Amino acid sequence: MTKTTSEIVARCEEIYEDLNFTAARDWKAAKEGRKVIGYLPVYIPRELIHAGGMLPLGIMGGGDNLEVIHGDAYYQSYICRIPRSTVELGISGRVDFVDGMLFPSICDVIRNLSGMWKMLFPDTYSKYFDVPQTYKDEIGGTFYIGEMHELLEDLERISGRKITDDDVNNSIAVYNENRRLVNELYALRAQAPWQAPASEAYLVIRAGLVLPVEDHSVLLREYIDAAKAEERPIKDNSKVVVTGMFCEQPPLNLIKSLELSGCYVVDDDFMLVSRWLIGDVPTDGDPVYNLSQAFLHRSMSTAAKYEPNQEEKGRFLVRAVKETGAEGVIFASTSFCDPALLDRPMLQNVLKESDVPFIAFKYAENSGQMQPIREQAGTFVDSIKLWSAA
Amino acid sequence: MKPSIVKAQPGDALKDASMIKQKQMMAAHYDRLTNAPETGAKVASTFVPGNLNELLMCFDLVNNLPEVNAIQSGLRKQSGQYIMEAERAGHSEDVCTYVKSDIGMMMKGNIGPNGKELPKPDVLLLSYTGCFTFLKWFELLREQYKCPTIFLQTPYMADGKVTPNMIQYMVKQFKETVIPTLEEVSGVKFDIDRLREYLRKSAQAEDDLVYILETGKNKRSPIDAYFGGIYYIGPIFGAFRGTDDAIDYYKFLREEVDERMLKNLGPVTPDGPMGEEKFRLVVEGPPNYTSFRQFWKMFYEEGATVVASSYTKVGGTYDYGFRHDPDRPLESLAEYCLGVYTNRSLPMRIDMLSDYINEYEADGLLINSIKSCNSFSAGQLLIMREVEKRTGKPAAFIETDLVDPRYFSAANVKNRLESYFQMVEQKRSGKGAAA
Repeated sequence: MTKTTSEIVARCEEIYEDLNFTAARDWKAAKEGRKVIGYLPVYIPRELIHAGGMLPLGIMGGGDNLEVIHGDAYYQSYICRIPRSTVELGISGRVDFVDGMLFPSICDVIRNLSGMWKMLFPDTYSKYFDVPQTYKDEIGGTFYIGEMHELLEDLERISGRKITDDDVNNSIAVYNENRRLVNELYALRAQAPWQAPASEAYLVIRAGLVLPVEDHSVLLREYIDAAKAEERPIKDNSKVVVTGMFCEQPPLNLIKSLELSGCYVVDDDFMLVSRWLIGDVPTDGDPVYNLSQAFLHRSMSTAAKYEPNQEEKGRFLVRAVKETGAEGVIFASTSFCDPALLDRPMLQNVLKESDVPFIAFKYAENSGQMQPIREQAGTFVDSIKLWSAA
Repeated sequence: MKPSIVKAQPGDALKDASMIKQKQMMAAHYDRLTNAPETGAKVASTFVPGNLNELLMCFDLVNNLPEVNAIQSGLRKQSGQYIMEAERAGHSEDVCTYVKSDIGMMMKGNIGPNGKELPKPDVLLLSYTGCFTFLKWFELLREQYKCPTIFLQTPYMADGKVTPNMIQYMVKQFKETVIPTLEEVSGVKFDIDRLREYLRKSAQAEDDLVYILETGKNKRSPIDAYFGGIYYIGPIFGAFRGTDDAIDYYKFLREEVDERMLKNLGPVTPDGPMGEEKFRLVVEGPPNYTSFRQFWKMFYEEGATVVASSYTKVGGTYDYGFRHDPDRPLESLAEYCLGVYTNRSLPMRIDMLSDYINEYEADGLLINSIKSCNSFSAGQLLIMREVEKRTGKPAAFIETDLVDPRYFSAANVKNRLESYFQMVEQKRSGKGAAA
């Protein structure tokens, strides 16, 4: 029986709200010897984990439903929220079934959290996963290949099995399919955002951080088909791109508030891991080399990544605006987020040069008061309409 | 010249002769920088952690360190207005105040501490070592100066070890990106023997620096390894590593410290020689610069000497054995970058601080947590607990900022310090044993 969008979204919301990660626990419990590897934003080559028969589990902080009791004792007031809620998840036992944790290089806070995890949970494997910020094959590429091989060795040890090139190539194919579907959903949203609202698409994609990738691809297909099939009213909203939310995720209410205030969010940088690599990764030959090539030459831009070419700085945002037909950009950055907040003035300068209107505000994953954001976004949308009418 | 204590300026703070000498060196360097347009010297901006001064000298480039410029602005009480200028231009109140001080200074004419305009850099050497903000800082400067920018990535020492992959990555970057671009910018051909000679000189000065810092193990300590230490690290962390000037300075400083040690004297504070050494502390984190003297006074008035600090290791962990090695020039530069304090994992930092408490026979650990420096600050509360647990010595936590005067609350800091000293006292007398 065909599922409706509301049925699919309800299931995804259940997964989103479940801070005990029951779906992942169930997956692990279903077969003896199964392992789960957690990872934080922004990007991890999940293919390597999958190739070892393990479940990659995206841990994006605690959101607005987690009461942080222990985590606050580890951080000063001027540090963002995601590390404290992640520590809370750890200390409260919510991720006690996880067999390893990966901390990608995003910023100094997550970098230091990798060391804290080693101290707090010495019996669980944890690794800071360094990625190259230089993009020449012989330099950054070689380094990255070395780092991926080190990770593979660790994953082999955890999984207790040899991970072959064929295993990784098979996993690449599975993730290629998943990325194609995620991109299809983004394309649908850009084209007809009333059919696939951002708040729904967010939940559907977010479910992919917990579910096995194969199941998630089925779910994506179902949602896209259902969203296309249903008739939904078109609102008098303005299309906007939101940026700055690549690490600590916004509360769902924030996305809904943007929509309620008259925005169609047609592009964003939520959960970049789902579409970090652009296009398919080849599924033959040396898979680690292929993954490195994709990372170096065909991956998304974000504030956590160095842009070697000044001419290219911020152009990704202008392209996103053009490709989606957006009328403006909303800079929504986590409070105390160094990458997003340091990057913001440069991106805003690029937008000014391209005559793209923008606004900026800050949030935290547990922001509860949405009225100011609604007012700000609503005013922004009104002004866009006034300008475009002029 | 025999080391002595000199009154620098009427009404000014008392300074060691070495401090006067250091100040003169720094002033001469700023003159070199500001005179660059006249002399034709080319300028490279770079950072203190991962500073490759020897390499820059191979290309006759003058080293400009924006962090040090921000410190100078802080000490001169100018950083506050610069930061606000940058914030008015759209920079967030949440981010690093070094960056905003630098950008604000640029917006206000880029006037250096000698009252003259600092030159535009000919090249930005973005040595991405131990601090994510560096990456964005130089993207911001590149946007303004539109000059060549060399990116050098130092992998993070997350697992407490340097792997061959890390060294190979860095050496490749030197060979294929850093050196060719520096040749192009400077017009000077790279000469590895010249580099070897500078590295040899670096190692010589590094030996003396370690000797000086380790005199803090003496009871009583002839140095203050935090407030005084900031003067001591200036030349070697800045534009003098690899020079004869640095060798001379550290030799001179060593003699001065030896003399104090022989006479069983403590460090020289801005108000004169330190009185009785009542408390021996290890300090983690950078200092506050906008109220530097006031901050220091809160320590020496209570008889507290800092015998070891992590901040004096941000430009190299020489006390852990590293020396620049002329026989392995590029590998050695890589190892130098990899080993700086903020590029070390949290467990390594905990080990270091615990070692310092034990080896320097300190009474406790004080953490000065800096609002705008996540590289240092994220995780410090765990560091505090862990060091306390391992050493059994009391630890305390204060919060200030590097160069933003809005985040230095003197009364608050003083209160906390006074409470801390009382706690140390109680612990010593056994009264706080159950605490």
